[in-house]
Amino acid sequence: MTDRFVAVLSGGLSHEREVSVRSGRRLSAALRSAGLTVAEWDADGGLLPRLREERPDAVVVALHGGEGENGSIQSVLEMLGVPFVGTDPRACRRAWDKPTAKAELDRVGLATPDWVALPHSTFRELGAQAVLDALVERLGLPLMLKPDQGGSALGAQVVRDATELPAAMVGCLAYADTVLAERFVEGVEVAVAVVEGPDGPRALPAVEIVPESGIYDYDARYTAGLTTYHAPARLNEGTATAVGELAVAAHRLLGLRDVSRTDAIVAPDGRVYFLEVNVSPGLTETSLLPMAVEAAGHSLGQVYAGLVERAVSRAADR
Amino acid sequence: MNLPGSQPARQQPTSGVAAAAAGSAAAAPAGSPEAAQATEQVGGQSGGRSLDPHLRRYAQRAAGMRASEVRALFAVASRPEVVSLAGGMPNLAALPLDTLATDVAELVATEGQSVLQYGSAHGLPALREQICDVMALEGISAHADDVVVTVGSQMALDMVTRVFCDPGDVVLAEAPSYVGALSTFSAYQAEVVHVTMDDEGLQPEALRQALDTLAGQGRRVKFLYTIPNFHNPGGVTLAVRRRAEILDICARHGVLVIEDNPYGLLGFSDQTYPALRSMEADNVVYLGSFSKTFASGLRVGWALAPHAVREKLVLATESATLCPPAFNQAIVSRYLARYDWQGQIKQFRAAYRERRDAMLAALDQHLPPGCSWTKPDGGFYVWLTVPEGLDTKAMLPRAVTQRVAYVPGTAFYAAGFGSRQMRLSYCYPTPERIREGVRRLASALEAEQELLHTFGARSAGGGRPEVAGGQSPSPDTA
Repeated sequence: MTDRFVAVLSGGLSHEREVSVRSGRRLSAALRSAGLTVAEWDADGGLLPRLREERPDAVVVALHGGEGENGSIQSVLEMLGVPFVGTDPRACRRAWDKPTAKAELDRVGLATPDWVALPHSTFRELGAQAVLDALVERLGLPLMLKPDQGGSALGAQVVRDATELPAAMVGCLAYADTVLAERFVEGVEVAVAVVEGPDGPRALPAVEIVPESGIYDYDARYTAGLTTYHAPARLNEGTATAVGELAVAAHRLLGLRDVSRTDAIVAPDGRVYFLEVNVSPGLTETSLLPMAVEAAGHSLGQVYAGLVERAVSRAADR
Repeated sequence: MNLPGSQPARQQPTSGVAAAAAGSAAAAPAGSPEAAQATEQVGGQSGGRSLDPHLRRYAQRAAGMRASEVRALFAVASRPEVVSLAGGMPNLAALPLDTLATDVAELVATEGQSVLQYGSAHGLPALREQICDVMALEGISAHADDVVVTVGSQMALDMVTRVFCDPGDVVLAEAPSYVGALSTFSAYQAEVVHVTMDDEGLQPEALRQALDTLAGQGRRVKFLYTIPNFHNPGGVTLAVRRRAEILDICARHGVLVIEDNPYGLLGFSDQTYPALRSMEADNVVYLGSFSKTFASGLRVGWALAPHAVREKLVLATESATLCPPAFNQAIVSRYLARYDWQGQIKQFRAAYRERRDAMLAALDQHLPPGCSWTKPDGGFYVWLTVPEGLDTKAMLPRAVTQRVAYVPGTAFYAAGFGSRQMRLSYCYPTPERIREGVRRLASALEAEQELLHTFGARSAGGGRPEVAGGQSPSPDTA
């Protein structure tokens, strides 16, 4: 296992390029300390020739947003027959599109905040104010606006007053063509990583997120010290089990592979709500999955080295 | 008519630092707020893990140093697929690298023992003489003793602010002003008050009013920071007939003038303007740089200051860096002695003029009605004002998706202004890329206008006020 040669893909052209570059560096260092040989590659015009030329044993996708999470890069890797860590392209697409993922969970009775997803064109054609009024009637206030795709809280906003809504829509739609409006659920925000091993997908300890400002936005995510984390989360045993089960259920239901991270809210009544799932979780110094790995008593390098082995043997079985 | 985006001096001077500090504690307009209630629910944060164990130890001046969503977007701008009109990197393509390589090798071989050694904090004497020759092109008569060499003029600005400003002191700056200066002022907890510009640069009447207002409030104003030639980001030049008046107003109010002049030799009609320092020696600190006329990577700049100030700057430099890099100074000195540096500057001018022309023509051709922009006669930048209701900061993600980047106007104000403006730089991309970039920008503007039309509202602009620097690209962004 120690003579594996892996390529870590990071960077890309999404809005989350900077985060991805940091994830890539951190993951590469972790894999090297686990004894693997690592090349760090960007997802650009040089990628395909490099893959054909240098033939890594496996690829680890540390791209965030766009190509890295919507299944595009995974499709290319599959076409080339390159083993890779992570979810296959079709399931990536399901998880990447937040309304689709929520609908899948809702369908089997798992709780997720009530939502409406609407493209810009609907507002344009039917009249924005009338549609916004209907939105508020249905979901109430405050409500959460997010681009339907993408991460790192980019473009996400909480709207507490209906008069803020048009401006918040404009801000959100600068990131994507479709907005996901969700009923705002109060509670404790947790992130639950799921890692697959020989006995299937297992949840790592949940990480609880307490941003100093109350808002877990881009700054709070990537400025060390602006957010306090509790790993494991301060939940009673029953709730801790429930969030773990939710994350594993989402992982299985959406057909995810190897690793994922589910973001959820624990409401004051103890009910756990699914928010979204990430097929390429952040791996930076301030990211949640590495904290969960550490809380479980593992090292990031070991965990990903194990996933590399899974990817390699999957390809060999084919 | 005011320069697009200019603002009158404020009645209530606002500190970028104070605004940012308040923002971090209070503002809650944006972000992913599922966690908002978690804090209350959970109560204290005891037992949790902060990822920065030093958090409680930082000085107040570090309060604004944080990750920024806008800055993160510039990471994408560095990729070749994106046309970056955001950076300020000089175009070095015209430099004679082969012969420079030989010269530098010879420098090490023959003078290695001295140029690889510490130097004086004051700077290399021969270079200080040569700097006086450079400044003579803009009418300055100076003694080499009054020149202090610094690590780029940015360091000179830092040293000047360090020497003059206590927390809470007021610094006057043009509206808008250079983002790097604003972040230096905020680092020393000085408060910036902006003064209006128009097509002829800083308005004397606005300056007078600002000083009177501040005097009435009992505020202590330390200096006027001004970029008279080919302004960054404004793209305008202070009219020669206004220069004496500006100096006179400052002298009467007992306010020092910091004249920052990195672009003065980059006039597109080979024109230069008399430096403020050429008209007044005792109340002006002049900042100069080789970054735009030779090589930005060497980080060699300077301050020319009245002798008493110069003594303080030398001591301040010594405590900051011991001395500016002797090796880099020797390279610049050798370059000035052995090369046709004025001819080289002419080549730079021609290259930048061609790019400026490409940008202005493309803006004329592609931008939707309701946009206006400055037409620089030199330097690197165009200052663009977009139609009412658009917010350039909120629009940046859309532009990046269209593969073009710019710097939102809010970066160039201490707080609160510039949401309808952006800075476009034409210094680095080729004319062809500039045309393509403007075409993409136009399509982003049109899409954003359509969105605005749908919702009949301007964007909230998102997020808390940021300390200058959080919204601008790093220096190595193309």
